[in-house]
Amino acid sequence: MSIDSTTAAKVAKLARIKVEQDQLPALADEFSAILGFIEQLNEVDVEGVEPMVSVTPMRLPRREDVVTDGGQAASVLKNAPDAREGFFAVPKVVE
Amino acid sequence: MANLNTMKIAEARDALRKGDVTSVELTEACLSAIEGASALNAFVHHTPDIARTQAAAADARIASGDAPAMCGIPLGIKDLFCTKGVPSQAASKILEGFKPEYESTVSSKLFDSGAVMLGKLNMDEFAMGSSNETSVYGDVVNPWQATGSNTPLTPGGSSGGSAAAVAARLCLGATGTDTGGSIRQPAAFTGITGIKPTYGRCSRWGVVAFASSLDQAGPMTQDVRDAAIMLEAMCGYDAKDSTSADLAVPNFEAALTGDIRGKVIGIPKEYRMDGMPGEIETLWEQGREMLREAGAEIRDISLPHTKYALPAYYVIAPAEASSNLARYDGVRFGHRAAMAAGDGITEMYEKTRAEGFGPEVQRRVMIGTYVLSAGFYDAYYNRARRVRTLIKKDFEDVFAEGIDAILTPATPSAAFELGKSFDDPVQMYLNDVFTVTVNLAGLPGISVPTGLDSAGLPLGLQLIGRPWEEGALLNTAFALEQAAGFAEYPAKWY
Repeated sequence: MSIDSTTAAKVAKLARIKVEQDQLPALADEFSAILGFIEQLNEVDVEGVEPMVSVTPMRLPRREDVVTDGGQAASVLKNAPDAREGFFAVPKVVE
Repeated sequence: MANLNTMKIAEARDALRKGDVTSVELTEACLSAIEGASALNAFVHHTPDIARTQAAAADARIASGDAPAMCGIPLGIKDLFCTKGVPSQAASKILEGFKPEYESTVSSKLFDSGAVMLGKLNMDEFAMGSSNETSVYGDVVNPWQATGSNTPLTPGGSSGGSAAAVAARLCLGATGTDTGGSIRQPAAFTGITGIKPTYGRCSRWGVVAFASSLDQAGPMTQDVRDAAIMLEAMCGYDAKDSTSADLAVPNFEAALTGDIRGKVIGIPKEYRMDGMPGEIETLWEQGREMLREAGAEIRDISLPHTKYALPAYYVIAPAEASSNLARYDGVRFGHRAAMAAGDGITEMYEKTRAEGFGPEVQRRVMIGTYVLSAGFYDAYYNRARRVRTLIKKDFEDVFAEGIDAILTPATPSAAFELGKSFDDPVQMYLNDVFTVTVNLAGLPGISVPTGLDSAGLPLGLQLIGRPWEEGALLNTAFALEQAAGFAEYPAKWY
């Protein structure tokens, strides 16, 4: 499948990565090359084959639904680019 | 004793226990070697103070008679492992300044057993790459050079810093991680040994996630015995990783008898690729002969879906990466872009991720986003997961027919030049053609150096084992290593 600049722009938007307008055609070409490679998978007969969920046949372990951790606000915020008064600070999100 | 940094882990362990050497001496030797090897760009965050403190503690522990095998052994830790209070940025700008408030399970197990951390090792950004050229810290240079040439070569990737550091004897061992071949390919390019254990053997907790269903940690060492010793210290059940296997960890070193008589080694015909260099073909043939002479039975086998492993991988790995890397949003840790007047939170995300992720990471995140997007999820992602089921079944079928291990080349070529240009990203992806099947099937795989090519560069062979049978796999690798007698290491030019 060939990807055009409009699709590339849409994917960039979904991935929340800013791509300059003049970079879109090159990006679209790279996507096309990779997707062209991936399309070999269409040759495989997958009728009746289950998609793999876990490479090891195991049921994910469960535990009691209880609090096991907490009380570490300072540690949690320590690496934040902008933390104020015990919170992560971000630009205004509601008007 | 001169050149303590060139000791193997097993030698150092025995010398430490006998009191012939101290961990402080070993550590100082490694720290000096690291200082003299800055041209390789393998170590990117140096932790000499931590190393000296840990070494002194290890010496005290050894003196008290309580000395696990890894006690006092100086190691390098791949930058993908979170190490408490020490920069851990997955070679990405987006994690610039990030100092974890916690320790990964694997590094914590190593330190609990007395191992010493010399520093953090360079790698491809978020472990995405096969040449260590996508790192924010710049390229790692392979300590090996072709005979009569000073052209800088890649150490492979993504664990390129780990591979170069062990090959140049800057540390006695290093941690690596392997999502599609990132331990085994760089090990082959640098003449060292690297094992990716069965998925679930090593806890992924505290290892920066790339593709969670494929990522596994493992050791990179000078030889198979060292790999066995170090792997044992890294493995074990961890309740903090939901896919961690609740299985006892065997004594892997005890499995190294070298006796592989009666073992059945499979040779998959699909790994004979078009355009494969003659030297790789010869190496593979020699490996078959070595194992046959050691008493193994060599049997031709078929793994019919091999061809589809790389395309399936390049759906599944980017899909998981796009989800895992969504957390890098400029809010909780790492880099946040400067904002322009009027920018809202969406602009903050988009600018932060454009500035923070390099081109290869951006490409994979977007490919992953695309294959998971509405309308394409079934056609790409679900189809790739179905093909993955078939790839795993290929292996199950041959194991059911009595195959104990599978021998293949580790890489389609020797180390190539840094800066080599490829027509498109897919050409670089072909580096993992022999290794990626193993991740998709969750199996253990090991790369063993077995020879030099005509340019004097190391080449490796890969052995693939049955799930959870790393001990038997290491033993087969040990027999191959003994037969190959590879004892070369790179001359110091740097």
